[in-house]
Amino acid sequence: MADRGNDMAEDVKLKVTIDGIPVEVAPGTTIMNAARQIGGDVVPPAMCYYSKLEGSGGKCRTCLVKVSKGSEKDPRPMPKLVASCRTTVMDGMEVQNITSPEVLEARKGVVEFLLINHPLDCPICDQAGECHLQDLSYQHGLADTRYEFERRTFDKIDIGDKIQLHMTRCILCYRCVMVADQLTPQRVHGVLGRGDAAEISTYIKKAVDNEFSGNMIDVCPVGALTDKTFRFKNRVWFTKPVEAHRDCPTCSGKVTLWYKGEEVLRVTARKDTYGEAEEFICNTCRFDKKATADWVIEGPRKVKRTSVISANHYEQFNPPPVVKKNLALQEANKEQLERTERLLP
Amino acid sequence: MARKLLLTHIDVPGIQTFDVYRQKGGYRAVEKALKTLTPDEVVEEVKASGLRGRGGAGFPTGMKWSFLAKPEGVPRYLVCNADESEPGTFKDRYLMTHIPHALIEGMIVSSYALGANTSYIYVRGEMMPQIRILERAIAEAKNAGFLGKDILGTGYNLELYVQPGGGAYICGEETALLESLEGKRGNPRIKPPFPAVSGLYNCPTVVNNVESIAATVPIINDGGAEYAKIGVGRSTGTKLISAGGNVNKPGVYEIELGVPVEEFIYSDEYCGGIANGKRLKAVVAGGSSVPILPANLILKTLNGEPRLMTYESLADGGFQSGTMLGSGGFIAFDEDQCIVRNTWNFSRFYHHESCGQCSPCREGTGWLEKVLHNIEYGHGSSSDIDLLVNVAKNIEGNTICPLGDAAAWPVASAIRHFRDEFEWHVSHGQEAQHRNYGLAHYADPLEPVA
Repeated sequence: MADRGNDMAEDVKLKVTIDGIPVEVAPGTTIMNAARQIGGDVVPPAMCYYSKLEGSGGKCRTCLVKVSKGSEKDPRPMPKLVASCRTTVMDGMEVQNITSPEVLEARKGVVEFLLINHPLDCPICDQAGECHLQDLSYQHGLADTRYEFERRTFDKIDIGDKIQLHMTRCILCYRCVMVADQLTPQRVHGVLGRGDAAEISTYIKKAVDNEFSGNMIDVCPVGALTDKTFRFKNRVWFTKPVEAHRDCPTCSGKVTLWYKGEEVLRVTARKDTYGEAEEFICNTCRFDKKATADWVIEGPRKVKRTSVISANHYEQFNPPPVVKKNLALQEANKEQLERTERLLP
Repeated sequence: MARKLLLTHIDVPGIQTFDVYRQKGGYRAVEKALKTLTPDEVVEEVKASGLRGRGGAGFPTGMKWSFLAKPEGVPRYLVCNADESEPGTFKDRYLMTHIPHALIEGMIVSSYALGANTSYIYVRGEMMPQIRILERAIAEAKNAGFLGKDILGTGYNLELYVQPGGGAYICGEETALLESLEGKRGNPRIKPPFPAVSGLYNCPTVVNNVESIAATVPIINDGGAEYAKIGVGRSTGTKLISAGGNVNKPGVYEIELGVPVEEFIYSDEYCGGIANGKRLKAVVAGGSSVPILPANLILKTLNGEPRLMTYESLADGGFQSGTMLGSGGFIAFDEDQCIVRNTWNFSRFYHHESCGQCSPCREGTGWLEKVLHNIEYGHGSSSDIDLLVNVAKNIEGNTICPLGDAAAWPVASAIRHFRDEFEWHVSHGQEAQHRNYGLAHYADPLEPVA
């Protein structure tokens, strides 16, 4: 795959500059993956691209960047903004991402498009806290909406006892379709309809029950596909991610367990900085092994400090010294303490 | 009388049949190409003709052919795009209905030039009569030895198939067409790779419009240089224009590129003027996707030069004061027509036809349609007009395929040129329900030519 580089041509390196930062990458690398090699702010956001899924990307248009110099040989800029996840680098290419007002403007437009028909039901959505669309709109979106019309809704369909489909939240990234194509022997769901009536659906209410179908939940950037065994159990930021493994005959068995107190509420694949599963896991690991005894615990899963998941649970509640001297503050603090204790495991 | 190359024998009774077509000099181009020219020489002739893609984009056909990758041991395909669905355009259907053998002959010549042994004509699903006509024509040509194995004893093999589409506008986009032809959902592919490198079944493929392919017949018969003599500058040859709207004589006309727009509208040889003695208000010159222009700008460019029916002249002034020749769907609006309603109608079409693959088009086309619906039915507000401009700008250029642009341009151009009419619709919401805005300052300033 493109991001893994090409062993044959390891000696050939292409030089590309992204937002003024030079990086050398193997031929065939996309702008997105070149930016990921640099890391940090210059990495364009990706809602549909998934490095582990072949052919993904190009659809959501949030990763649009400006190519201000095509290559050393042909320095002309590209006429339009390009999808960085599907455009391969050329030697001497110069790319502008966050340094181009045009790109930021276009990205803002795309985020707005993604949100106009999104129900924004984050308070009751299981994905809240680890939702890419939430992060994206927080970073690039507007505070209010210019869309005055009724939001799009769909007829509810049941796709089985393990996975909950909320079509209204879907952004049609096609990732789950590719999971089914590439991880399971036969795909039973897909995109039906076209335009803004396009929806993820199964043929005649068929259940999605392949051994690897649960990965559809992990790749879904929004709350369109969620885990029925975790549904409404808890908010993700009240649970503790712990790395664990087991000797699984079907998959690697390397997972993240999400604890609330002693209880394992949910099992997911381990996700990297970009929210992508490191290794796909099987449904047995995901849905059926929910006892600590099933697993060998490795230790806490590191979560980005900026993530809402890390906000609540690693530190003990320690009132600052100033509170000890002030009666009014002590009273307020007691209330706060009670509330925190109710919420914390 | 202007020269006709494609529709010369349109009035001959029975021209649909192989025998009459052959009597009238049909299939000479196949004989000439297969027996006397090498494939590369055919490509050179087409290059010399300066023929530009007749489907809308106007990309030089010969150049497109020369980009075709030719790896050893991999089949190459020619696919004819007959998924004509652009509102206002009906030239390909006309050609296929009346002279199907012109397309078949062009397909043989073009396939020979490209080294394709299997070629497809992808016809829009709604055109069942045309599909039957083409299938009959293919059977006739096969009987006569112009298709199949060892054509005319030259050793060249060609199988030609007609594939009905499922009835989606998006399948006229070449990569969506290929997906559909492969039996998949008609979603445009992300380019690169372009079809010339990896097209149908991942093999090098050329996708051409019906008219482009048919035009190779006169090019081979008379020579590319002769064809290039017709027309103005880089717009060579003849073009089928499907004239519609409020003209006296709507229909398909074959024009030599370079006819002044004014002559095309008012001359009796073509549209014969605006119907019912009304005055011209606006023109959509190349199918619903291209920017609409008010009468004063369609007849003359901003520099005061008469506008000609050529790729360059119609695009003169960019999108500020120009438009595009597009696919040749020429729609004239008289003074009674409502631009807001028309824009809403176009928007409704693009909303319905968006494939839903990329977010700006999937969400944006619907948004445009809803806002325009509000304005048209008297529920708009003045900020809606700027909102439309902004949403159109956010769609344009940010999508996978040109459908996003095609949805954004008509809206942006209508507001650019007819903003006062939109504002009137907002401020006089009730009145706009029973009366049209009329001509106003963009009135046709010219006297009709005799």
